[in-house]
Amino acid sequence: MKINSIPFWAAAILLPACAYFLPAWGLNEYYLYVGYVVLQYVVLATAWNILGGYAGYVNFGTGAFFGVGAYAALVLFMKFNAPLPVQIAGAAAIGALLGLGAGLLTLRLKGIFFSIATIAAAIIIETFVLNWRYVGGASGMQIIRPAVPLGFETYTRMLLVVMTILAVVSIIVARFIEKSWLGRGLRAVRDAEVAAECSGVPTLKLKLLACAISGALMAAAGAPLPLYSSFIEPHSVFSLNYSVMALAMAVVGGMSSWLGPVLGAILIASSQQFAASASPELHLFIVGALLVFFVIAAPDGLVGLLQRVGRMTARMTGMQNVRPKWRS
Amino acid sequence: MLSIELLLEALVFGALVGCFYAAVSIGLSIAFGLLDVPHIAHAAFLVLAAYMTYLLGTYGFDPLVAALLILVPFFFLGAIVYRFYYEAFEKRGADTGVRGIAFFFGVAFMVQVFLSMTFGLDQRNVSAPYIGTSLGIGEMRIPWRLIVALCVAVGLTVGLRLYLLRTFQGRAIRAVAHDAWALRIIGADPVRTKQWAFGIATAATAIGGALLAIISPVEPSLDRVYIGRTFCVVVLAGLGSMSGTLAAGIILGVTESIVLTMFGASWAPAVAFGLLLLVLGIRPQGLFGR
Amino acid sequence: MTSLLQVEDVTKCFFGFTALSNVSLDVAVGERIGLIGPNGSGKTTLINCISGVLKIDTGSILFQGDDISALATYRRAKAGMARTFQIPMPFRSMSVVDNLMIPLEYIVHGLIDMANEGSVYSEAHELLRRVRLADRMNARAGELSQVELRKLELARAIAARPKLLVCDEAMAGLAAKEVSEILDILLELNSTGITIIMVEHIMQAVMRFSQRIVCLSAGRIICDGLPGETMSNPEVRRAYLGN
Repeated sequence: MKINSIPFWAAAILLPACAYFLPAWGLNEYYLYVGYVVLQYVVLATAWNILGGYAGYVNFGTGAFFGVGAYAALVLFMKFNAPLPVQIAGAAAIGALLGLGAGLLTLRLKGIFFSIATIAAAIIIETFVLNWRYVGGASGMQIIRPAVPLGFETYTRMLLVVMTILAVVSIIVARFIEKSWLGRGLRAVRDAEVAAECSGVPTLKLKLLACAISGALMAAAGAPLPLYSSFIEPHSVFSLNYSVMALAMAVVGGMSSWLGPVLGAILIASSQQFAASASPELHLFIVGALLVFFVIAAPDGLVGLLQRVGRMTARMTGMQNVRPKWRS
Repeated sequence: MLSIELLLEALVFGALVGCFYAAVSIGLSIAFGLLDVPHIAHAAFLVLAAYMTYLLGTYGFDPLVAALLILVPFFFLGAIVYRFYYEAFEKRGADTGVRGIAFFFGVAFMVQVFLSMTFGLDQRNVSAPYIGTSLGIGEMRIPWRLIVALCVAVGLTVGLRLYLLRTFQGRAIRAVAHDAWALRIIGADPVRTKQWAFGIATAATAIGGALLAIISPVEPSLDRVYIGRTFCVVVLAGLGSMSGTLAAGIILGVTESIVLTMFGASWAPAVAFGLLLLVLGIRPQGLFGR
Repeated sequence: MTSLLQVEDVTKCFFGFTALSNVSLDVAVGERIGLIGPNGSGKTTLINCISGVLKIDTGSILFQGDDISALATYRRAKAGMARTFQIPMPFRSMSVVDNLMIPLEYIVHGLIDMANEGSVYSEAHELLRRVRLADRMNARAGELSQVELRKLELARAIAARPKLLVCDEAMAGLAAKEVSEILDILLELNSTGITIIMVEHIMQAVMRFSQRIVCLSAGRIICDGLPGETMSNPEVRRAYLGN
């Protein structure tokens, strides 16, 4: 699926604008909630894919970064009364550092060792937070929200715009990486790491970079959470469910392109919201089943399927895409 | 500060629980250590077996009897899962890393959610004459269930080790871990050998699950805790080393016990994972690794 | 003759098993060296130590006079060292030409952007022509045949404009005609100035190719000399055929 630059950048500007104006024009509050959650998952899945899809290192600790972002924002708010942009920036910085640290610790390990290490790091971080009384420990912390900033009527509306901007930013970052030298190098790492190293690719540096960027985005996704729900407690915020969801969304959507996690997130997160009233657990089970199914039967995800359909119709109708001389 | 009695008690309990940890990790030692399968779903199967034990318990079966009953079904479960994994990933070669890991993660997640949907989030207990009673040795009271676990653990470890060393199938399994080609030359089919091995590993896990039900109340979230413990034991022992599993289990058990005594229960889940990270960072080949 | 690579007294152990023991090797610029030895003698370990995939325990490795013993693999590649793998390791999800873009971008040109994209592409095309793979330029690397994969390995290795090329059994499993093809490519590469170390089991190829043959056995070099000398050396025969 080829996306030209102009429609892409047009969408990048239009979306936050929609997020701002649609509620003002009477969009139901319920959709604002759904929109926030779906966009949050777009960020998480896109961020996950930078390390998981592009580089081939499966991170099971998405929940940890998300939680760290939420708690970083919380601490910045409690200690310094920081405004939201500072909270997000701070959370992203801490997420990047955490990603870097986790990477240094685990990236010398291959494949499954790395993945197990990410679970380990996630549980250890969660245990620390559980024992940290300043943020309320296991019982969590209530937040009293300051007045809504100018220009917005409710917190939900503002946070929706914020999350839209974060989603757009994460997609821009992912797309840039994908089409750049970094993306090419990461793909080489994923396909044949030792051969990549022998072809001049500084594999450790690239992986660390991917870890830091991925971690920063995941933490940024968690930063608005304290303001969104007015209450933060460790078990729900560090939940393994976030890790499964991000992974499943990327796999189902397609791991080789920025579009995959976006499609996967929209599909799975919105279905989750609509299933929430009926049976959230059944939905989780289905997500797991989708993950297994796609990983076996359609490893290139929905994006891969769409590409195959596109090629088949092109062949059948006699139109051949003029392949550019060199396209990565 | 820590008194000698408390420390001694922590050591004894830790060693006993450690043997239990070794027993539940043996299946992973085979599946991951010998066969190189990224079996993240091992702990999930363990908890599944624990729930099956509980279920049979509601029909009046003693946990150890239940273990024998679920042995064969779990063997076939393992054989089927491995066949699936092989056909879908291992055979195709390329790009198996991400997909294989994601596959097992998905399976583990499905098992966990299935269990919480079917049995709910409450803790489930099994009962038996040796659960709840304890043996007095000197000043200490050692729960009988720990002693039962110890005996089964040792029996399981020794039994499997003998199997791998003395029988043809067992040697074939060890050979396939080293060199699948060599196995073909002597006429054994590597895929079927691995399938058999994975079945045995899962059957061992079934026994481990029964032990789990004996030792502690069962709930769906145990999956996460035991991923840490089992991988810690397997990595600490060293991939491919079965005999190291017992030693590694005891080290983990004792460490956990001491941390528990000194810092309280809220830090306990992190011990296994922390130890795992430590081993991976300092000595990735473990104590007795290949 | 100037020395390109000096392996000095290198030892490599794996948890008690000694894979290489006091191995020394001197390779001059432009030489064609054949490295032989029975299975398990340490040939691939030696290559891995030279290219940096493995860290040596004792001894040192000098490349163009500089000690590279502690240098990371990718830096050695940038310094002019290239290698192929015993089992080809192409970047499977990429096309053949994209496989070459990796070393071209990371070693030769720094960054490929709109400005130099066209010329780098031509360069890749020329490389593929040299290994007679140009017709498969846009095919996915995962779909190539054995001999095509080996050619791709070579093309990717020489894309980096190396001074030293180490081939690990580049002809294993190929038919006689294909072996000849690869051999011709290697000889042609050497004639343009690339020093080549060839690890191989196919004796006719080794004899035809090498100016000098080094034999490894059980981690030690047991013979290093002219092809005729080495092949008639009784120790070499014993290493291959046993007592």
